[in-house]
Amino acid sequence: MNRSSKNNKHQSLISLPKSPTGIIGLDEVTNGGLPLGRPTLICGSAGSGKTLFSLEFIVRGALEFNEPGVFMAFEEKPEELVANVASLGFDLEQLQKDQLLKIDHVHIDRAEIEETGEYDLDGLFIRLGYAIDSIGAKRVVLDTIENLFSSLTNEGILRSEIRRLFGWLKDKGVTTIITGEKGEGTLTRHGLEEYVSDCVILLEHRVNYQISTRLLRIVKYRGSVHGTNEYPFLIDEDGISVLPVTSLTLDHGVSNKRLSSGFPALDAMMEGKGFFVGSSILISGTAGTGKTSIAASFVNTACQQKKRALYLAFEESPQQICRNMRSIGFNLQEHVDNGLLKFHASRPTLNGLEMHLVTIHKLVSEFKPEVVVLDPITNLVTVGSLSEVRSMLIRLIDFLQVKQITVLFTALALNTVISDQTDEGVSSLVDAWILVRDIEMNGERNRSLYVMKSRGMKHSNQVREFVITDKGLDLIDVYLSSEGVLTGSAREAQQLQEVTGVALRDHAMNRKDREIERKRTVLESRIASLKEEFESVQDELNKTFLEDDLRKEILEQNREQLIRSRHSGQ
Amino acid sequence: MSEPAERADVNLTGKNQPYILRLFITGASLHSVRAVSNIKHICETHIPGRYSLEIIDVHQQKELAKSAQLIALPLLIKDSPWPERRLIGDLSDTEKVLKGLGIIG
Repeated sequence: MNRSSKNNKHQSLISLPKSPTGIIGLDEVTNGGLPLGRPTLICGSAGSGKTLFSLEFIVRGALEFNEPGVFMAFEEKPEELVANVASLGFDLEQLQKDQLLKIDHVHIDRAEIEETGEYDLDGLFIRLGYAIDSIGAKRVVLDTIENLFSSLTNEGILRSEIRRLFGWLKDKGVTTIITGEKGEGTLTRHGLEEYVSDCVILLEHRVNYQISTRLLRIVKYRGSVHGTNEYPFLIDEDGISVLPVTSLTLDHGVSNKRLSSGFPALDAMMEGKGFFVGSSILISGTAGTGKTSIAASFVNTACQQKKRALYLAFEESPQQICRNMRSIGFNLQEHVDNGLLKFHASRPTLNGLEMHLVTIHKLVSEFKPEVVVLDPITNLVTVGSLSEVRSMLIRLIDFLQVKQITVLFTALALNTVISDQTDEGVSSLVDAWILVRDIEMNGERNRSLYVMKSRGMKHSNQVREFVITDKGLDLIDVYLSSEGVLTGSAREAQQLQEVTGVALRDHAMNRKDREIERKRTVLESRIASLKEEFESVQDELNKTFLEDDLRKEILEQNREQLIRSRHSGQ
Repeated sequence: MSEPAERADVNLTGKNQPYILRLFITGASLHSVRAVSNIKHICETHIPGRYSLEIIDVHQQKELAKSAQLIALPLLIKDSPWPERRLIGDLSDTEKVLKGLGIIG
C-alpha cells in the first residue's frame, strides 16, 4: 500500500511526455502515445502494416492534434501513397494543400550513382529540415530509411549518418517513426534498433489454421510503463484499431439494477427480477433447445425498454433470425428499423478470433449498446483452440463489464452429460448460467430449463419445463410424480389421470352420501313409528290411571254419602 | 600530362559536346571543400575549356534538395553529355570520377 503510493508519486514525477497517436487502442497500450520528440522504431515483415501505421500516425496528428507531419517515403511514390490510403478516408492531397502534410519521395537509383569518396547524408538532413520547417511539422515518418542501405554501399558512413540523423531529429524535438523491415533473427535487417533506443514496436502478421491475425507488440519503451502482450489489431475502413487484450485489474464497477430476461417465468426463477445489469450470462444447451429464442427474448425486451442491443450472429443471418423469431412472437425487425437493434453476422472463419474481438470492440464503441448477444460462441472454436476462445471471451467479458454492458452468450453443448460442464470453459467466467436440456421420454423430446448458477442472488433450484409457443416463451412447473419428473405429454397424461381420479372419487362420494340419506330416512321413519307406539302405550297407561282416580273419587263420595246419611238417621 | 589530354581528344572526337556539370555542396564542410577542389582539378586537367561547372550550396537553396533528389552529398551531376550520371562523395577517387563522367572508358 505504502509502496504503491510511493511508486505512483514517483511515476508522476518523471512521467515521460507522450505524443498521442490517435490510433484506436494504441494510446491505451502505450499509456498515452509515442515518446514525444523522440524516434520510435516500427518494425515488421513485408505487409505487416508498417507504412499504414506510420501514415495514420501522421494523418491523425494533423487532423486530431493539429500537429503537421512530414512523411518521407523511401519506397512508395506520393501518388501511390495517396491512392493506398484513400480507401481509409484519408485525403492526403487535401492535407498537403492545407500545409498539414508533406510527402517527400526519396528516389535513389544505384545504377546511376557512383561513389567517389567520402560523403555524408547532408542532403537528407537539409531536405528533411526544410520540409519540417516549411510546415512547422511536429511529426516525422521515415519509411523506410533502410532502403538507403541498398542504394549506397558505404555502410560505415550510412550507420554513422543514421545515428547522427536520429540525434538531430531528437534535437529538433519532432516525434519520429522509423520503419524497418524485419530481418533474420533481428528486429530489422540492418540493425536500426541499435540507434532507436526509446521505443520499439513490432508488427506481425501471423497465419494460423489459414486464418490471419495481425499482432502488435511493444518490444521496448524506455521510461514508460506499457502493455507487454501481443495485441491484435485490425485494418479496416477506419484505419488501424489496436485492441488492448486484457484490462490489468478486476475493479470494474457493479450495478444492482436488474434486467429482465424477457419472460417473467425465468425472471421468477431469479428473485423475480432477472439478471444484473452488466453481468455476463451463458445459455447453454444441446441443439434445438431454444437458446437463440431465449437470446431473442432477452434482446426483444431490452429493445422494448428502449435499450440498444447488439446481436452478433455467428450462425444465422439477421434476416433468418428475424424471420424465425417472428414465429414465436418477437418482432426484431421493428427494433432494427428503430435503430435500437443492430445485427452483425459473420462466419467465424471470416477471420481470426482476435479480429472478431477487435470487430466487436469497434462495434461496441460505435453503437454503444447496453446489451450484447453472441450467438453462439461455440462456433468460434472452428477458428481457434478452446483455450484461445476462452481467453478471447475473458477479454470480451472484461471489456464489456467495464462498460457495464450486459452480455449474453449462447453455447452449444454437444453432450448432454451435465457433469461435463465445459462450454468453452467460460462457465467460471460468467455470472449467470442457464442450462437448457432435452429430456427424451415416451418417444418425445421436451425442453427443460434450469438456472445452473446466478451470482449474487437467490435463484431457484427447480428444473422447469421450457415451452416455446407462438406468443413467446414460458416455463411450466414440471410434474413431480412417483415416477419422477414428468414433462410434455407424459405430464399432461399424468395430469389427466389425476383429473379422472378426482372425478371418480367425487362420484363415489356422491353415492355414499345418497345412501346415508336413505338410511337416515329409514331410521327417521322407524323412529316416528316407535314414537307413536310409545304414545299409544302411554295413552293406555294414562287411561288406567284416570279410571283408578275416578273410582277412588267415586268411592270417596260414596263413603261420605254413607257417613252423612248415618248421621241423619240417628 | 600529355597522355590524358590525348584521351580527352579522342573522346571529344566521339562526342563533340561540352560537359555540363553541377556540384551540390553544403557550405564549407570538409567534404564540400575537398569535392570542389577535386573536381576543379580534374576538369582543368582532363577537359580544360570544354566544361561548365556550377557549384550549388544546398544550404542556400534548400528546396533544391527535394527537386534534385539529394540525399548523399557532395553530389556531382553530369547533365551532358548524355546519359546523366550522379557521382557522390568528395571526388577523391579520380579514376572513378573519370569513368563516371565518361572521360575515360
